[in-house]
Amino acid sequence: MSEHSGAALEPAIGDVPLVIDDTSTGETPSLWPAVPRKVLIARIVIGVVLAAAALYAPFYFEPTMNRVLSQAIYLAIAAMGLNLLTGFNGQVSIGHGAFFGVGAFTSAILIVDHGWTYEPTILVAAVLSAAVGVLVGLPALRVRGLYLALVTLGLAVLFPRIVQKFVDGTGGVALLRPPRSSFASLIDGLADDQWAYLLSLAIMAVLFVLAWNMVRGRIGRSMIAVRDQEIAATTVGVNLAGTKVTTFAISAAYAGVAGSLSVMIDRVADGTNPILYFQRSIEFLVAMVIGGAATILGPAVGALLLVLLRRNTEDLIEGKEVLAPAIFGASLIVIVYVLPEGVVGGVRRLLARLGRPSARPPDTPGADRPPPAPADAPAAPA
Amino acid sequence: MSLLELSNVAGGYGPVRVLHDIDLAVDDGHVAVVLGANGAGKTTTLRAISGLISVGGDIVFDGQRITGKGPEAVSRLGIAHVPQGRGTFSDLTVEDNLRIGAINRTGRDVEDDLARWFEIFPRLAERRRQDAGSMSGGEQQMLALARAMMARPRLLLLDEPSLGLAPLVTRELFARLGELNREEGLTILVVEQNANLALDIGHWGYVLETGRIAVQGPAQQLHDDEAVRKAYLGF
Amino acid sequence: MQLFIEQVLNGVGNGVVYGSVALALVLIFRTTGVLNFAQGEMALFSTYISWKLTTTGMPVVGAIAISMAIAFIAGAFIERTLIRPMEGRSALNVVIITLGLFLGLNSLAQLVFGTDPQQMPSPFPEGSVSFIGDATIQKETIGLIVVLLLECLGLWILLNRSRLGLKLRAVASNPDSARLHGIRAGSMLMLGWAMSAALGAVAGSLVASERTGFDSSLMQTILVYALAAAALGGFDSIWGAVICGVVVGVADALTIQYVDALDGIEVVLPLALILVVLVVMPNGLFGKRTVERV
Repeated sequence: MSEHSGAALEPAIGDVPLVIDDTSTGETPSLWPAVPRKVLIARIVIGVVLAAAALYAPFYFEPTMNRVLSQAIYLAIAAMGLNLLTGFNGQVSIGHGAFFGVGAFTSAILIVDHGWTYEPTILVAAVLSAAVGVLVGLPALRVRGLYLALVTLGLAVLFPRIVQKFVDGTGGVALLRPPRSSFASLIDGLADDQWAYLLSLAIMAVLFVLAWNMVRGRIGRSMIAVRDQEIAATTVGVNLAGTKVTTFAISAAYAGVAGSLSVMIDRVADGTNPILYFQRSIEFLVAMVIGGAATILGPAVGALLLVLLRRNTEDLIEGKEVLAPAIFGASLIVIVYVLPEGVVGGVRRLLARLGRPSARPPDTPGADRPPPAPADAPAAPA
Repeated sequence: MSLLELSNVAGGYGPVRVLHDIDLAVDDGHVAVVLGANGAGKTTTLRAISGLISVGGDIVFDGQRITGKGPEAVSRLGIAHVPQGRGTFSDLTVEDNLRIGAINRTGRDVEDDLARWFEIFPRLAERRRQDAGSMSGGEQQMLALARAMMARPRLLLLDEPSLGLAPLVTRELFARLGELNREEGLTILVVEQNANLALDIGHWGYVLETGRIAVQGPAQQLHDDEAVRKAYLGF
Repeated sequence: MQLFIEQVLNGVGNGVVYGSVALALVLIFRTTGVLNFAQGEMALFSTYISWKLTTTGMPVVGAIAISMAIAFIAGAFIERTLIRPMEGRSALNVVIITLGLFLGLNSLAQLVFGTDPQQMPSPFPEGSVSFIGDATIQKETIGLIVVLLLECLGLWILLNRSRLGLKLRAVASNPDSARLHGIRAGSMLMLGWAMSAALGAVAGSLVASERTGFDSSLMQTILVYALAAAALGGFDSIWGAVICGVVVGVADALTIQYVDALDGIEVVLPLALILVVLVVMPNGLFGKRTVERV
């Protein structure tokens, strides 16, 4: 549990421990080689099945559904970015919508104003978002927990205004609609929506594997060390500032890529809605939490859940659309209740319990747990 | 006459059972000492008495069954619990901390008590408007004791009061505790790893081992018995 | 000079609004440690209730008073049912819940009360009072200032000079220890939410009455400014929240007037303000310095 003073919003979640070796068992989550053989095989099989389903999906579904699934994909990427920063590194951001927006407008502007083809713009979007991430991450070093959350919130609110001021879009309004042809399928035989889906899926796969590697490697361990015990981390040689800013940049880049993909999938970059990027920030956060923060699969699961939930609540109440956010809000609350560690966390718990012959661990000395926080450290937010 | 009696108390934290069949009694006006290694269940026992965790078995205080009551109710019955880590209200002032101790008392004599404790612990008086969290461990322990006493409890539960304190400070602390017991008849149940000092002021001692009472007897006897000392008390 | 004073007064008028919402935010934070993103929407709902009561012919003051009472109960109810079970769990989960509330209450308000703009009558007399030179200040603004000052005073006395206030602060500081001292922590938490909701009801109703019409978007921008004000004040201090509300309001008004470069993005100012202040003083202007012991 993270025991920082003065910060009510620092997450105490996150299962990934700071391990030096890979001989973890049972409860400690997904450090891959440590898992027993049977489970490993089961996981591979499931993984293959899911991958096959994911690859087949665009040929099975209608374009509208493909679009929805693609939206889930870019949402997952953005949520993963946030997960790296908030779940694994402990810096709470409710402003990732802004980085998403940076990515979206980068792509849109390059296509509309400068005639670029779409695909290269993704890379530019990533780089630019990362740069903005550094710009934000640097002053963020001085700001903790709650205040960081608020400052990032401010960014998400500020973003549309900046866009409105500096971007001239269709009809003088800060809205860009790149033409359909920019996103034409590059592979013969693939319809545009199928291409969009598969491209996004491919990018998501790459980014997720990258994240997975990062988390297991040295960078990941530094990130987690910083999250859990900053001061102790510095004593083992972790570069605090470097780690935090780097994580910000990487996390922003993910959000930027997601934004860029959103331009392909939704074919619009919208700066007219003052609370849109705030809403996006919330979406990423929610996807991360309900999927399972500080896990690798969490953001993807959460994103899919979120998109399907939203779609279905909208379908449920024909005519009373205004009720949709209420049902959505209620569903969020229910999910957070039932699965406080997100879906992935909950599933893990379930599997762990199923794997044990008896529910009770053997009596062990050292089971006498002293109360949580020694009250020598300030116990409450400043 | 037992002021506090535990019978067949068992339980712990959810599925993890820490205590198994604890039988323990503290006579009115006595000091009972509970010793044992880390993880033996000492803290858990106190938390069970206070109602911070729920356990099976019976806990009777002053003739009244208190098993299953929550900490708020138990406190109002006259049991003051100073937890491990002291439970300091760090961002409140020293004086506010003390007043919290007396929060459920009405009457003018709260002010008198406040003055009294400032007299007994002059360092607290010096720092009365200071944030409690900025004080040293020893000072916070004094504060915790004074705060508990502000409630004018009948039974004082202390969880490892010597933890993190310098030897001299610990000695002073136990001297005070001894005084409170002798002069005011305060009943004390103290959990300690520092067996020596605790047994010196104690009347009866228990040694806990993996959730059970391994040895019990008059405090002086436990202190003097070489076999017990070597096996359980480490000195 | 004239223009300057006018803009300052303008800013004060807005700032008092931000301050009153910031007050509710800080109160909940100080008593329960939770940042309540749903504060604005809770206030919105209460405002609609106030309005609805006035349409039945009830005098404004009475309507607001009843709305406050309803908000009080509702706030306690929300704490008990939605927030309390999350105690000890991740703070992010609590944030999600307040966000869920944010969405839910807003859409519920639209559903129950409709989307048409409504008119909330003001409890204060019409007209303005002359201030310095030709500059005038609205009587409504003065009224709001007075109400706000009374609220601050009342809260300050409650928190710092009363037994109940000590209990509230004890629970905020160390809930487990507070329980050991016989304080019913749960009741105190409910009280924190209840009072905060009631304050929000007053704030929302008065804000709505100052405008020519209000709808469900009433509190959304205000919330952002109020969060800025609360953050600036350090989330720690009641007076800090109010003072910073005014600071934010005035800074905003002056920026709109004098800094053309920021035309359209004035909101950058309160945000920049927070950033600058927090970088220099990480606990806000009025916050207490935390001693971080390793």
